Amino acid sequence: MSGIRVLVGTRKGAFLLTSDGKRKEWKVEGPHFGGLEIYHLKGSTVDPNRIYASQASDWFGQVVHRSDDGGKSWQTVGNEFKYDGEPGKHLWYDGTPHPWEFKRVWHFEPSLTDPDTVYAGVEDAALFRSADGGATWQELSGMRGHSSGAQWAPGAGGMCLHTILLDPNNNGRMFVAISAAGVFRTDDAGKSWRPNNRGLKSDFMPDPTAEVGHCVHHIAMHPSRPTTLFMQKHWDVMRSDDGGESWREVSGNLPSDFGFVIDVHAHEPETIYVVPIKSDSEHYPPEAKLRVYRSRSGGNEWEALTKGLPQGDCYVNVLRDAMSVDALDPCGVYFGTTGGQVYASADAGERWAPIVRDLPAVLSVEVQTLP
Amino acid sequence: MIRIILPYHLRNLAGVEKEVSLPIEGPVTQRSLLDALEARYPMLRGTIRDHTTQERRPLLRYFACGEDLSFEAADAPLPDEVASGREPFRIVGAVAGG
Repeated sequence: MSGIRVLVGTRKGAFLLTSDGKRKEWKVEGPHFGGLEIYHLKGSTVDPNRIYASQASDWFGQVVHRSDDGGKSWQTVGNEFKYDGEPGKHLWYDGTPHPWEFKRVWHFEPSLTDPDTVYAGVEDAALFRSADGGATWQELSGMRGHSSGAQWAPGAGGMCLHTILLDPNNNGRMFVAISAAGVFRTDDAGKSWRPNNRGLKSDFMPDPTAEVGHCVHHIAMHPSRPTTLFMQKHWDVMRSDDGGESWREVSGNLPSDFGFVIDVHAHEPETIYVVPIKSDSEHYPPEAKLRVYRSRSGGNEWEALTKGLPQGDCYVNVLRDAMSVDALDPCGVYFGTTGGQVYASADAGERWAPIVRDLPAVLSVEVQTLP
Repeated sequence: MIRIILPYHLRNLAGVEKEVSLPIEGPVTQRSLLDALEARYPMLRGTIRDHTTQERRPLLRYFACGEDLSFEAADAPLPDEVASGREPFRIVGAVAGG
């Protein structure tokens, strides 16, 4: 029978939650790297025992851990993320030039074909690649070196490259998202990039429809339809059906179109999930009710999924990398909160139950469906 | 042998006890001591000094013999008590955060 492994990064360590294919009984292991911020963990789809973990700390900087046995043991691998050439400057919060400075890895994205190849999205925004299992890292500097780079500015969480999507049908194509610059796409494996933000509108910007500067919180793709993308922006839920060339709003009847996560059902490319958050000033659910919203039409028409979720006095947030789906049927959906709960639904969102309630604030949730 | 006391998380990362001892050839300075420490425990590279600048990370300080040596030159000789191993060189993390 298949198994599920949920990789949870938190403010105070990493946790591994495991279950069989029934997804009823869970084992909680951890903390790994106790007391330290684990921004993200992700496993290789080629070799599920290969997991990369990003540990970042104001005291000790960036550390990268790698497991080759499904998280039972870990080794430290390379942590030198050196910008290619002269780092240059971007805009600071006050609009003045500010030097590019490496701070942390926000997201690892293992290659779809090689367990030793992995991409890292970092703050200050840049994309790195390792082809030796994380021992060494090289910047794909065409990303940061885009002509608009000097105009990028940080969002409240820092100027982070937080999402990396690999096109399963096209080795050369990938998408990245940066707060607050927007979506960029390469069609030549990272050598050159161009903004993919047409149709986005951000009222906080001097030019609300500018080519760059949008605070994109997360983007998602179903592997069977890599030209269709879904986006949770700072405000607005968006979709693109032309590989990011243009976007249209699909917020529809959501109670708030502010939020961080967005994900796609494993078997239904038009079924998507978001967790609305009240506003950019109040990072908790509208009406203090924790509700996942599901659209089965790729947006615009949304239904609230509430069974098993707190429907009062709930003031947690769900951060941008803290939702994931498994590949079983029915599809399992998982998300973690800043209150330390990790919720799971084994029936595509109809009913929810906490796997664990009292972890440190959850930063990221990734799911592995094991053979 | 030079004695070095590491903060808790770096001890865990290196897989060592509170205090480590290392031989150092030549002058004993912050640079030679940290070079020897990182050579013996490569997982500590980048965690005490920035990879590129080799500057001390801002939330760490160096102490020995009751003195704050954080702002001493990297190539200045450390006190004889440290060089002889009578006193440890302490790498201390700021007491801060939640």
